Amino acid sequence: MKALVWHGTADIRCDTVPDPTIEDGRDAIIKVTSCAICGSDLHLYDHFMPGMKSGDIMGHETMGEVVEVGRDNTTLKVGDRIVVPFTIICGQCEQCRRGNFSVCERTNRNAALAAAAFGHTTAGLFGYTHLTGGYAGGQAEYLRVPFADATHIKVPKGIPDEKLLFLSDIFPTGWQAAVQCDIQPEDNVAIWGCGPVGQMAIRSAILLGARRVIAIDRVPERLTMARAGGAETIDLTEESNVVARLNDMTGGKGPEKCIDSVGMEAHATTSLDSLYDRAKQAVMLESDRPHVLRQMIMACRPAGVLSIPGVYGGLIDKVPFGAAMNKGLTFRMGQTHVNRWTDDLLRRIEEGQIDPSFVITHTVGLEQGPEMYRTFRDKQDGCIKVMIRP
Amino acid sequence: MKRSVDPRSRSAHDALARGLGWFSIGLGLAEILAPRALCRALGLEGREALIQAYGAREVATGAAILMSHDPTPWIWGRVAGDALDLATLATGFEGDNPRSGNLALATVAVAGVTLADIACVQGLTADKRPAPRGAYEYHNRSGFPRGLAAAHGAARDFAVPRDFRIPGPLRPWRDGRPAA
Repeated sequence: MKALVWHGTADIRCDTVPDPTIEDGRDAIIKVTSCAICGSDLHLYDHFMPGMKSGDIMGHETMGEVVEVGRDNTTLKVGDRIVVPFTIICGQCEQCRRGNFSVCERTNRNAALAAAAFGHTTAGLFGYTHLTGGYAGGQAEYLRVPFADATHIKVPKGIPDEKLLFLSDIFPTGWQAAVQCDIQPEDNVAIWGCGPVGQMAIRSAILLGARRVIAIDRVPERLTMARAGGAETIDLTEESNVVARLNDMTGGKGPEKCIDSVGMEAHATTSLDSLYDRAKQAVMLESDRPHVLRQMIMACRPAGVLSIPGVYGGLIDKVPFGAAMNKGLTFRMGQTHVNRWTDDLLRRIEEGQIDPSFVITHTVGLEQGPEMYRTFRDKQDGCIKVMIRP
Repeated sequence: MKRSVDPRSRSAHDALARGLGWFSIGLGLAEILAPRALCRALGLEGREALIQAYGAREVATGAAILMSHDPTPWIWGRVAGDALDLATLATGFEGDNPRSGNLALATVAVAGVTLADIACVQGLTADKRPAPRGAYEYHNRSGFPRGLAAAHGAARDFAVPRDFRIPGPLRPWRDGRPAA
């Protein structure tokens, strides 16, 4: 089969690789009908996340049709149409039973490696480094879904892939980001980053009834899309003091809820702290650039909530934790517990409350995938979200 | 496995930058390891230490180009280094240099590499240049089939799970007391 394969920094190729096979009784194999490139795939493309090996298949936003089922899998059958959550879950461990699926205790095949990096293991992820199990990803013609009897979202036929694919990651991720804020009707919600997760977080905050949503970015077409979704915007090319601007917009008090949809590769280039981050990163003394995190801590209203769906991978520096402590801020973060939200979100799609396909700007075949990684990273050609049809 | 179909995740300018990185390391090692031979060939005897320092600069720049996520600033560094090299070579034309022919060839070669560096840095910058404002209008992409007004608060029926609710004292107050 064909698949998008990681070979090194900024080197992803469309290779011919062996078809996947059933390895465990709980497995299933799907024929991929649609997949997508996620913003967090760019952390691998740029090789900011450690733990990739040449030959790894990329991709964790995938859906398709079941073509083979393991002997112990009684919940799926050939022909079922499923969306595959990016977190691989056993459905049985203590964390899964609590609904904390992204920290499933059993599905990471390299649990010792994860424990060394993070203190404890987290769930296995598709196509996302050997720290999270080294599982093959879904930017391919076929995908083996381990623990498939739990790791799936059954979806009805008759709804196009475009509306359903993002149940795999960015829609529940944006939703969880907003839910972590426990949004109240009085709330001002500030969202840093208007990439795909930021766009979903904006829509989620609107659906959950936030009084006001303020989105912050520098890319014109992303700001336009944010406004279309109901957000007011701060354009970083015009406003250098985001904290002051947010204070102005909220009667001097700051937003009650702040969402970091940017994560480890913040691109602010004119502030002193971002220059500091780039210098430290260049000499490998810091793995992540936490510009947004610093700004959120300073901007957030005392006793407010910081919600962090943006991915961080390692060590950060010069975070004003004194400000966070003295302001009594609440931090909520984590990879998304996808299956905790998807039944509800699928219903909202079916009822027409939201159509997540609004975010797709490019649809290509697998062969164009490598080129699209570059286009997406460099924000060229108006690219916000790439859907791939293998 | 591994019949590559088309590795286009790197632009031509990224590939050129990597080529220049390897070239930088090769030239730098030659300057560090054989400064005497190079100086003799160019009629620049007595400047061996300077050539070795330039070699160290080349190796450091080359390694940075190959290891960095964005080689653009390091290619600019190469352009500055090229200017330094050309200025140093120009001093060799003063007086009666018996190797002025070699020196002229070296100057032409460095000038050529300088042009490649400039083309590379311009290309890398153009690759990442944002689209002009208004080039992509996504103003009709609300994602709400029933419109924005109907969407606002449509999910207020959602019961935030207990473990996701913020503590009571941190919730907004209504009518002079914490909201339920």
